[in-house]
Amino acid sequence: MMKNQKIKNKEIINVESVVIRFAGDSGDGIQLAGSRFTSATAIVGNDLGTYPDYPAEIRAPAGTLAGVSAYQIQFSSKDIYTPGDMVDVLVVMNPAALKVHLSDLKPGGTIIANKSNFKSRNLKMAGWESDPLEDDSLSNYKVYDIEISRLVSSALEDMNLPSKTVERTKNMFALGLMFWIYTRPLEPTIKWLKVKFKSRPELVEGNIRALKAGYNFGDITEIFPVSYQVGPAPLKKGTYRNITGNYAIGLGLLAASQKSGLPLFFGGYPITPASDILHQLSHYRNFGVKTFQAEDEIASIGSVIGAAFAGNLAVTASSGPGIALKGEALGLAIMTELPMVIINVQRVGPSTGMPTKTEQADLFQALWGRNSESPMPVIAPISPGDCFYATYEACRIALKYMTPVFILSDALLANGSEPWLIPEIKQLSPIDVKFAVDPGEDSVFHPYERDKETLARKWALPGTAGVEHRIGGLEKENITGNVNYNPDNHQLMVNLRAQKVESIAREFPAMDIYGDTTGDLLVLGWGSTFGAIRAAVEKIRDEGMYVSHAQLRWVNPFPSDLGEILVKFQKILIPELNTGQLIKLIRSEFLIDAVGVNISTGKPFTKSQIIEKIQSIM
Amino acid sequence: MVESITSKPLTRKDFISDQDVRWCPGCGDYSILAQVQKTFPELGIPKEKIVFISGIGCSSRFPYYMKTFGFHTIHGRAPTIASGVKLANPDLSVWVITGDGDSLSIGGNHFIHLMRRNFDINVIMFNNEIYGLTKGQYSPTSELGKVTKSTPFGSLDRPFNPPLLALGAASTFVARSIDKMTHHLQDMLKRTHQHKGTSFLEIYQNCNIFNDGAFKNLTDKEVKDDNLLILENGKPMIFGSKKNKGIHLDGFKPEVVKLNGKFSVNDLVVHEESDRNLGGILSNFTHSEKFPTPIGVLYCEEKPTYEDLLYDQIKSAKKRLGEGDLEALLHSGDTWIIK
Ligand SMILES: Cc1ncc(C[n+]2csc(CCOP(=O)(O)OP(=O)(O)O)c2C)c(N)n1
Ligand code: SF4
Ligand SMILES: [Mg+2]
Repeated sequence: MMKNQKIKNKEIINVESVVIRFAGDSGDGIQLAGSRFTSATAIVGNDLGTYPDYPAEIRAPAGTLAGVSAYQIQFSSKDIYTPGDMVDVLVVMNPAALKVHLSDLKPGGTIIANKSNFKSRNLKMAGWESDPLEDDSLSNYKVYDIEISRLVSSALEDMNLPSKTVERTKNMFALGLMFWIYTRPLEPTIKWLKVKFKSRPELVEGNIRALKAGYNFGDITEIFPVSYQVGPAPLKKGTYRNITGNYAIGLGLLAASQKSGLPLFFGGYPITPASDILHQLSHYRNFGVKTFQAEDEIASIGSVIGAAFAGNLAVTASSGPGIALKGEALGLAIMTELPMVIINVQRVGPSTGMPTKTEQADLFQALWGRNSESPMPVIAPISPGDCFYATYEACRIALKYMTPVFILSDALLANGSEPWLIPEIKQLSPIDVKFAVDPGEDSVFHPYERDKETLARKWALPGTAGVEHRIGGLEKENITGNVNYNPDNHQLMVNLRAQKVESIAREFPAMDIYGDTTGDLLVLGWGSTFGAIRAAVEKIRDEGMYVSHAQLRWVNPFPSDLGEILVKFQKILIPELNTGQLIKLIRSEFLIDAVGVNISTGKPFTKSQIIEKIQSIM
Repeated sequence: MVESITSKPLTRKDFISDQDVRWCPGCGDYSILAQVQKTFPELGIPKEKIVFISGIGCSSRFPYYMKTFGFHTIHGRAPTIASGVKLANPDLSVWVITGDGDSLSIGGNHFIHLMRRNFDINVIMFNNEIYGLTKGQYSPTSELGKVTKSTPFGSLDRPFNPPLLALGAASTFVARSIDKMTHHLQDMLKRTHQHKGTSFLEIYQNCNIFNDGAFKNLTDKEVKDDNLLILENGKPMIFGSKKNKGIHLDGFKPEVVKLNGKFSVNDLVVHEESDRNLGGILSNFTHSEKFPTPIGVLYCEEKPTYEDLLYDQIKSAKKRLGEGDLEALLHSGDTWIIK
């Protein structure tokens, strides 16, 4: 046991922003430590952004590079937009984690390493020739090597727990130590442990002991002369929670179901990184939510089309490969003009690609990944919290315009998190749903009769007498909905389907431009790149350059003021996590010679990648 | 099966839509349509509660001709759309219309999963042992060596045995009929409707353009009685033009016996619809040289339906946890207040 003496009056230094990354074996409890640190950080009122980086394999052999799991958090006393670029503090549980993540550590940054795991076998597996904690390969950094495994086993010594169980508490030790260094409270984590291991009191006790041992280690040893404080950020008033993009989508669907009064039907098939939406919704049986795990993605979209036909708020979620399978059925959804929402949580491709990594390369797939002229509105949320609003909006538009709507999220938003001001349900825009009714004895019901304003056809539910009708994938005659091969009718229907989608733009608010409305350069992004672009533009503007930022949320149709905005800038820069998709749309739509900054690494943009590009073209 | 409550009795005409029927003259599909339109008034289901859902193929044009709700979907996927309809509104009487290619080739995966989930959905498969709509390629039910447009040297893959496939996929109702046997077909449609759970009815249907006479041995007056085994629950399995043949079971091994002294009616198997093993034995008569082709209900046993189980889960979750409270859910977990 540690000596219980306290060295008083350690210095506390105030800092504005810090980036921490926890890294270790996937069995080391890294994600858990990261998310607990996030909760504690949220509670002290910092603004924050997080990004978990999962290993490709579920359980790669312990100690290998492939098995490294990481969790990054940036927290700050000011408004921030991203999980941060370079890391201030790297917490590594083994040599492999150090190997994988060292290159992201700032020069002079801090390494906290679990020395107990730096044994020759582990070093060799990670490709270190000699122990970096012993030689001078880390001389540019502040290194704290701590025998975490040994320290937790002495802290838990008298508990007689199996050694494996003891070893598994070392994430709590690291967490406790970080709590001390950054002056965060232990209580919320203690409370959480008590709930999490309710039925296993020995685990509650063991984990709390390890957590406190880590905290006290910081407090009483002399190796850490200072601790840091990051003050609360100037966030809007209200009640907050931390939220990931996937979770926000689930809540957005529930909110739309309640506001529309329609039961929620979710048809899905597991795929990374979309599965969590299925998992989450499957818990909401007491909300009347029907989740259906189908035999494949084709069946899941089929069930969604059926549920939409029969009057539910029908939704599916998948990722690139699964969306590809749904393509033919999406054509049917467009032809039958039924309301539904299709969520693509994008990941790296082609094919299976890198399933746990992020990319924005499915924009063209969303727009054109179906046969023939098959227009569909596409919305791309710009932050984890925005996933709630974008989802709600997608449902509202689908129901109002009788159309399938695509949501393009991605792995970055799905698993990343940020503090989220909990919305007032009352304040969300209403979703009114009208169903067709019996037109009366002497008239015939016409399923493709359209609303004059929205061009939406009528939603006529099976079960309603007098509106019996037949629909399907064959071309429809406008108004009657009968099968029709007439050339003029097909032309009309192609136009109507396109017009209907185009007209949705009338729903969008004026575009929000950060910075001046005219100037040298506009950085135009879409979806999840919002945070990195905003952070970069903020920085550049601080340096006195006339750079502005606008982010597209709806990518189809474009907002109607986009064209006017673009021409007011000398240059347009379009950052995308693909080889250039939005840029092709902008060029062809507006005949503007935009410049791209494109990466395909499976990682999100860093602020500096965008800053460098801005500097190079200014 | 959906409860029957109608105000005014419906007639055959109530089910005939205003669309011109476009099958080739002489196609077996006409007879099936006629038997459905004839039978439906007797089922007593309000018209607005009936939904026909089809895939793609000649057979899948069917929903356009029924004056009910209808959905002509995409090739092979009708079971998936039907599942969604049933889950959204279990009160509807849902009928899947499909072809042998539609359900067993491109839609094979959906077909087996539909069977095992046991929604209360009726599946009517028009088996003409050919691809009709695409003009005559062999199908997954065509016999080995079938010479067609795409297999001029004969097909190389052995056919599916649809009832056996359905049984293997945990189906709870398997039946078979023939387009030309109008009364039998009407009876089978009623039985299909009555069964609560996924009902699979295979109908042998003549495609007089691309596979004419595929079921001649079962429909020609001179030979059919010797080739057909008409199943009736609780009755011994007798067949033959002179009613002088039957099915005898030697352990699990079936054999055709003559009722000529050595064997009497008492030695014959008595059909028991709920006997799954017997259903398997009967299914195996399909395509066999030695045995007559069974028609009627091969197997039928009620099991809980998927939609009932799902709605029960919802009911009990509401009872246990209370009606979902979105406000409370939004505020669950760690929250903090910024003043
Ligand atoms: C995705 C797709 N692939 C292929 C086709 C072409 N196709 C239409 S119907 C059909 C086969 C139909 O055969 P079956 O299901 O036996 O129906 P039948 O016409 O014999 O009634 C094919 C291959 C299609 N419509 N869609
Ligand atoms: S091609 Fe065959 S199945 Fe199709 S309509 Fe003609 S006869 Fe009937
Ligand atoms: Mg066929």
